[in-house]
Amino acid sequence: MRIEGKGLIERGTPVSFTFDGARYQGYEGDTLASALLANGVRMVGRSFKYHRPRGVMTAGSEEPNALVTIGLGAAQEPNLRATTVEVREGLWARSQNRWPTLGYDLLALNDLAAPFLGAGFYYKTFMWPRRFWERVYEPIIRRAAGLGALSGAPDEDRYERAFAHCDLLVIGAGPTGLMAALGAAKAGADVILADEDTTPGGRLLAETIEVDGVAGAIWAKEMVAELAAMPNVRVMTRTAITGAYDQGTYAALETRPYAMARRPGATVGTFWRLVARRTVLAAGALERPIAFANNDRPGVMMAGAVRAYVNRWGVAPGGSVVVFGNNDSAHRTAADLLEAGVHVAALVDSRHYATCDLDLPFYPGAEVCGTQGRRALESVTIRSARGEVRIRADCLAVSGGWNPSMHLACHMTARPVWNADLLAFLPPDGAVPGMVAAGAAAGEFSTRACLAAGLRAGQEVARDLGFKTGDLAVPMAEDAPYDIFPLWQVPGRGRAWLDFQNDVTVKDVEQAALENFRSVEHMKRYTTQGMAPDQGKNSNVAALAVLADATGRGIPETGTTTFRPPYVPVPIAAMGAGASGKGFAPERHTTSHAETEQRGAPMIEAGLWYRPSYFSRPGETHWRQSCDREVNMVRHAVGVCDVSTLGKIDIQGPDAGAFLDFVYTSMMSTLAVGRVRYGLMLREDGHVMDDGTSARLAENHYLITTTTAAAGQVMRHLEFVHQALRPDLDVRLASVTETWAQFAVAGPKSRALLNGLLDAPVDDARFPYMACGTVHIGGISARLFRISFSGEHAYEIAVPARYGAALFTELVSRAEAMEGGAYGMEALNVLRIEKGFITHAEIHGRTTAFDIGMQRMISAKKDCIGKAAAARPGLVDEAREQLVALKPVGAVKEILAGAHLFNAGDPATRDHDQGYVTSACYSPTLGHVIGLGFLKAGRARMGERVRMVDHLRGSDTLCEVIEPVQFDPDGGRLRG
Amino acid sequence: MRLTCPVCGERDRREFTYSGAAVALERPGAEAMPEAWDDYLHNRDNPAGVTRDLWYHEQGCAAWIVVTRNTITHEVLGATLASEAARAGGGR
Repeated sequence: MRIEGKGLIERGTPVSFTFDGARYQGYEGDTLASALLANGVRMVGRSFKYHRPRGVMTAGSEEPNALVTIGLGAAQEPNLRATTVEVREGLWARSQNRWPTLGYDLLALNDLAAPFLGAGFYYKTFMWPRRFWERVYEPIIRRAAGLGALSGAPDEDRYERAFAHCDLLVIGAGPTGLMAALGAAKAGADVILADEDTTPGGRLLAETIEVDGVAGAIWAKEMVAELAAMPNVRVMTRTAITGAYDQGTYAALETRPYAMARRPGATVGTFWRLVARRTVLAAGALERPIAFANNDRPGVMMAGAVRAYVNRWGVAPGGSVVVFGNNDSAHRTAADLLEAGVHVAALVDSRHYATCDLDLPFYPGAEVCGTQGRRALESVTIRSARGEVRIRADCLAVSGGWNPSMHLACHMTARPVWNADLLAFLPPDGAVPGMVAAGAAAGEFSTRACLAAGLRAGQEVARDLGFKTGDLAVPMAEDAPYDIFPLWQVPGRGRAWLDFQNDVTVKDVEQAALENFRSVEHMKRYTTQGMAPDQGKNSNVAALAVLADATGRGIPETGTTTFRPPYVPVPIAAMGAGASGKGFAPERHTTSHAETEQRGAPMIEAGLWYRPSYFSRPGETHWRQSCDREVNMVRHAVGVCDVSTLGKIDIQGPDAGAFLDFVYTSMMSTLAVGRVRYGLMLREDGHVMDDGTSARLAENHYLITTTTAAAGQVMRHLEFVHQALRPDLDVRLASVTETWAQFAVAGPKSRALLNGLLDAPVDDARFPYMACGTVHIGGISARLFRISFSGEHAYEIAVPARYGAALFTELVSRAEAMEGGAYGMEALNVLRIEKGFITHAEIHGRTTAFDIGMQRMISAKKDCIGKAAAARPGLVDEAREQLVALKPVGAVKEILAGAHLFNAGDPATRDHDQGYVTSACYSPTLGHVIGLGFLKAGRARMGERVRMVDHLRGSDTLCEVIEPVQFDPDGGRLRG
Repeated sequence: MRLTCPVCGERDRREFTYSGAAVALERPGAEAMPEAWDDYLHNRDNPAGVTRDLWYHEQGCAAWIVVTRNTITHEVLGATLASEAARAGGGR
């Protein structure tokens, strides 16, 4: 029912919405909860386990009962709190966890079975037969228990991620937060004021309290306007701080108003990473329930929430209200209801000493001990010294006291501190570095105390950061003391709920204690109290008190469970914003990418790079046809391949040679200018890290290459060696991988091709094998290296990246005119396997220079990274697995990478393992399949026959062990 | 988590690459005994408290830095350039 003249809603802007198929009207400014209550809808959901009817209980993000699903299809969003969903025209909402309808829910039978469904029921019951768990029990339980469901369709909503920095982050924009922000901002600090609500003001919006002589909501509105006008203040509404992390880092979830989120290209929310030098936690406090029999009926609400519905939304949650509490909050609710013209049937105060001058039936020293009603509250039983009376009521407002919202202060393992006067846990000092709690979050409950504490905290932070603060007056407001008398549970028959969201009752907690789950963490897991989205917001302290009682300890000794982020549920889509589709990983494209795609080459990923697999030609229907042709092309004519993805590191300085001597196994300082040398880099533990070439471009100038995969790792390693181990060396390193486009031109006609393009031709005398130097193409300076990864007479030519696309196209068209063409990764791999060249398939991190037959490359004349460790006896043992090649000699002609090797007579079991295959291909040059692999003592076993067995793919091949270099072993073609 | 790079200032942890204990600065000489190499390569303390470890400012200035931090409180106590630590005797 609406109350005329009350509330902050826009009565001029009515909106209609749908709940469970029925249309209702609300106003702009309503939440779904306030609009449903205004329409007299009291039952809004079914409970998690017992399917009990449930209604709206709170007015904020702590709501345990009123969970609804919004929207349809892919946009369907389950488990939203009706108390935080803004009503809008056309909103489509429905209740959850009921079938077929909210009113007639078949699984409400669970409630009748409740005596059997207590804590630990599932653990004790569904133990046998064992195989029934997965097929029978779990699916049934999952259907019966639970909340809303996802649509199963891909989410169409888009979130974004953003970052912000500030001097002071103020969490919560109630009286405390507003004054904290003002105090710091006036001093000049850069302030972010964040609040999860749509409107700043906190409790001031929900109370009839005046500040400086004006209504609290109006004072808050003016204060927010003043703050928002300051250039050093950012006011972030609809922004929940969800977690506190190291060094002043906070996560925050901002949700956008519906109309804004639906604009083309807009996102529905932002997941923020905020970095604050200081933080004021002004998150306020949450009211807690009292456990009494059947305290979960629709109509039983928190007393502070009832005030919020009356004052903020102009809604009377009932026609006849009973108010029950153990502190003054109950009195304030009764007074506000009376003032709004709502009938208050009784005010029940458990404090025997309480007095009241309101015009209503007052029951001091009394308790509510039970409720009645079928689908909603119909009457309340009050027990006092004079006996029990039953009073008709459709709403019961309950206050068990206030719990400061110190969750964020405890996100970094600190435990809250019990305060026996306030009967509440308070945030521990210094629990999160840089954070101070103030106001209700620190146990200061009067408005005036909050205003003062906020101002003090804001100004102290500002001074601490070096700003000068001026005089600011604390606004006038009520300053009533907080008086509370312990009352956690009212004894009596019937179930009394502690955790409404997880359906945990007093009996469950007592049962846990009885079964010796006495530790609070064990109790939580046994009963599920405080789990899931609730995170103990409503239930925590009362449940602890009951556990303390049941175990004969005090509350401080019982302690609390661990508070963990997020404070409110965060969609995974928000945390992963931007990381789907193209945003999943960056793509690196070579300068030849467009031309390669135009030629229809399928791309394969090499790290983040995209490289062509093969260049299919008309008539070729299988990749092997293209690959074989490309191999033959290189062997007999000329092929062109983009090799720009290989890491290129420019190394300059007087000590460049000495530096390379230290990182490579071989001597690089003796390399002549204009020459290239193959090099092997070891890790310090003696295993091979990477291989590549070193070109000496000038006396103090080298250019080294790395493999595509290890480019980042090698750069990191070289910087480490220089900065951390050899800072004495005068040398500088720079990655120039993207600066140069580099193409391999390989094959007997490679020189002819190049000479058609170069301004001055090259020959064997000027440019022998392993030479390097500067050449010119149309006046443009290029680098030419006579190196080969195919075993053919070959070059690599590098030009500044901006010429890459043009040069690639030119090289390929010239190659095609010479019966050659472009080749891809498949052919490149075949060419290097034929030649016995290694890649990271072989140098996979567990192999040594000895294993790949390059132990002689470790120079005896100098120290180098990995030299000492590589000499360990175990790493040079002749029995180690050594690089060999294999060819099939039996009926089966298949060699598979990843397959294992066994002696011909042995069973193919792990204890007979002799090695494994690392690379394999069909060699068109040799006319048969070949493989590279590692075989125990392999170098001494040439000509021997071994079994290659692949258990996964079901292959068993008899192979002959052959020399790794099968093509042109004496290297005549390289030099020719 | 945030680290203060001596060159760039305070930055988000994700700009850095972690690389283990700063023991890596104390590389034994070529003639050192196998035990010294074994310690250098493999043996690490796992302190509950103050630790020194190496981070590489890979998304920043490419400096290797030695970060002193507390594994219990997550406090970052300071950061110096690895090159300076090495020159001061942490290196060879």
